[in-house]
Amino acid sequence: MNRYRNGDTVVVRAHFPPGHARAPYYTRGHAGEVVRITGPFPNAEERAYGRDGDREPLYRVRFRQRDLWPNYPGSARDTLVVDIYEHWLEPGSRQ
Amino acid sequence: MSGHHPHPRQPDSEDLTWSRERLMAAAVEALLVEKRVVTSGDVARALDYWASRTPADGARLIARCWTDETFAARVMRSVNKAAGELGMDIGPTRVVAVANAPTLHNVLVCTLCSCYPIGLLGDSPGWYKSRAYRSRVVREPRAVLAEFGVRIPDDVEVRVHDSTADLRYIVVPMRPAGTEDLTEKELAGLVTRDCMIGTAVPSYDAG
Repeated sequence: MNRYRNGDTVVVRAHFPPGHARAPYYTRGHAGEVVRITGPFPNAEERAYGRDGDREPLYRVRFRQRDLWPNYPGSARDTLVVDIYEHWLEPGSRQ
Repeated sequence: MSGHHPHPRQPDSEDLTWSRERLMAAAVEALLVEKRVVTSGDVARALDYWASRTPADGARLIARCWTDETFAARVMRSVNKAAGELGMDIGPTRVVAVANAPTLHNVLVCTLCSCYPIGLLGDSPGWYKSRAYRSRVVREPRAVLAEFGVRIPDDVEVRVHDSTADLRYIVVPMRPAGTEDLTEKELAGLVTRDCMIGTAVPSYDAG
């Protein structure tokens, strides 16, 4: 079962655990929109340590660049899309 | 040829300094073979397969997209299946196509390491794996693109795709104007590796 749907606003968890993490640091704590749902894929963060990894949905999440970088130098239209495993996401509302 | 002349001594590959990573890879390979997880033949065949992949495959796929709308639609659904129609085996890793449009320019990166659609484009360029490209293209993509000679107007969205997990990407560039009379093969010749990463756009000079 997928926890989120296309169009949902999600926030990347602002957690900084040690070890292998696939959610890029610069996305943590930021809100974006689910634009595509793929998977399920085995959790690569577990596989990095030789474990099988639970299968979970992988979301393509689109962020506005100006939300990610306070001094973003480009156009207000610019965006960035990242693939994020479900366990990194929380329900959110756009600021 | 007559007479003797001195040749400067050329180092053989064994004489070069091995990096820690290269030593580790060689050690892991030797262990895997020794423990019969893989054979030396498996390793050689895998390397041979990867070495046989080139951006010409990706270019052929893009040229077909430009000449066949229904094929382009299938590419947008599944690059792996559509590539199969052209007789290409791009491997099991799922590849997603992102299409440029008059109001959208796509560019690819993997900030984590170097994820890249090797099955369609061959080995990635050195700069793609560099910290400079990986760290800069996500936060100042327009400046990085300008350094590649690509200037995107402010009313066109620049969309960066950070490939950090199980998907790989390929950019479907727009077909250049004035190419209506070109054959599919000639069109493929316009599509360079960088066009499919998003750090270039195809151009055509009928001149």
